[in-house]
Amino acid sequence: MNIREDILRLLRKNARLTCEQIGERLAVPAEQVAAIIAAAEADGCIRGYHALVQDSAFAEQGVYALIEVCVETQRDGGYDPVARAVSRFSEVSDVMLVSGNYDLLLIVEGQTLQDVADFVHSKLASLSGVRQTRSHFMLRRYKQSGFLHQEDPHHERLRVTP
Amino acid sequence: MNDSESPHKWIASHVAGLPKSGIRDFFELVMSMDDVISLGVGEPDFDTPWSIRKATITALERGYTSYTSNLGTLELRETVCRYVQTEFGASYDPKTECLITVGVSEGLDLALRAVLNPGDEVIYHEPCYVSYAPNVIMAHATPVPVITCAEDEFALDPEKLRAAITDRTKVLLLNFPNNPTGATLSDRQKLEISKIACEFDLLVITDEIYAELTYEGNVRTIASYPGMRERTIFLHGLSKAYAMTGYRIGHACGPAPLIDAMMKIHQYSMLCASLISQEAAVEALQNGRREMLEMKQQYLERRNLVVARLNAMGYSCMCPQGAFYVFPDISSSGLSSAEFARRLLEEERVAVVPGVGFGACGEGFVRCAYAAAIEDIEIAMTRMAAFASRLKQAVPAEASITA
Repeated sequence: MNIREDILRLLRKNARLTCEQIGERLAVPAEQVAAIIAAAEADGCIRGYHALVQDSAFAEQGVYALIEVCVETQRDGGYDPVARAVSRFSEVSDVMLVSGNYDLLLIVEGQTLQDVADFVHSKLASLSGVRQTRSHFMLRRYKQSGFLHQEDPHHERLRVTP
Repeated sequence: MNDSESPHKWIASHVAGLPKSGIRDFFELVMSMDDVISLGVGEPDFDTPWSIRKATITALERGYTSYTSNLGTLELRETVCRYVQTEFGASYDPKTECLITVGVSEGLDLALRAVLNPGDEVIYHEPCYVSYAPNVIMAHATPVPVITCAEDEFALDPEKLRAAITDRTKVLLLNFPNNPTGATLSDRQKLEISKIACEFDLLVITDEIYAELTYEGNVRTIASYPGMRERTIFLHGLSKAYAMTGYRIGHACGPAPLIDAMMKIHQYSMLCASLISQEAAVEALQNGRREMLEMKQQYLERRNLVVARLNAMGYSCMCPQGAFYVFPDISSSGLSSAEFARRLLEEERVAVVPGVGFGACGEGFVRCAYAAAIEDIEIAMTRMAAFASRLKQAVPAEASITA
């Protein structure tokens, strides 16, 4: 059993678990869990913690777009220079290099449709190394990071069975 | 109305004499209360994995709603035999040595009825699943319990087994990993028991429904040990590991003449298992492994939590290596297992099952199933700890009054 991986796996599902809770589940002392988490934070393995919140919780729900980007590769560094440059924009939440008909897949967030359009037009498309973009605006979210946005109705089981 | 007019007169004497399940009264009490966290459930809390449910829907869409061969579909029997060979180390011919049943419950009933004559004795180990002794009685034979105990981690002691054998003993009924204790058998213990079975020419019926939920140790079935294949009926199913209790699908594997005898009863009574469920079972055994292992990992984490908390409360329990049950010793509470379960339910709204429901030797223990959401288990354990601490304070006070 790889305890560090087991701890990180549990945190990925629920970052609010206490060291005591994790320790009980993995049969490891809570102090050891705390030390492993501290080390993972220090070495950058844990990049941060956030809550998964329904968009509808906010008065202004925002606009999300998946943007495909075709990249002119650089002689030094391949896709990395463009990917890094794209990643620095605060509007961009996710950047992935992917196989297929395009190279980078971004998730971009804005307050309005116009915000996202402006970002693509004035910031992304004008970036050196970006050849072509194609934007897909999100209409509705069904599942995010392993969580359904709408749970199925609960089916109650028998409370005592042999 | 006197006895001769009562409808009771029609009931067969061996059925009239069957005890009602000890869990039944407790079940009624639990159902009458709100806000109960139940650790009393002997089935997974997970929904059946979606790919399996989707295969069920596809079967319906294609109109797979007919009877099947009495043995079950050949595709499922072939899939089962490959699975049993790969996972549990025993090989069977899908054409003649495998029967698809309506859960292990039907498989067990068929196996017992197919081999027992009146007067035969069946040795089984207690504490155990509630249906074993009644099933033997319904097959007009005599159940002979062998007690397993906490000191042996609820494994079957070969010497106790040997002592229970008479010249009428025909069958040894095994259930490891065990409900209600979570006990498993080591390689050495399986070997010793198999030697005794060979020495006394016993037929072994082994209910291995929890086999995949073995956390440590090998899952080789006792049917794969030397000399055992010819004398073992291996019962297994998808209810527990694949969270498919409501599908009612199990399978029996064994020597062709025994499977054929079981099939005779099956064809005249059940006819066949539901085709829809058989289609789902194919999907589960062929493609469901990843999700099954994910559920198993969660059971393991819950087990660790429950074992640590119960021992901290002073209710000692071993760390069981199988199934999804722990069986703590609550005798230090000064209460009987039924009284303990009733008061825990009434005072803290936590349901556990009195150990005595699984055999007289289960007195002094309760069964806690960790087939519940871990957040609920955490709350249940906190409530139970409060209950335990109140009892500890009360016991000396009461003792001083009586003194």
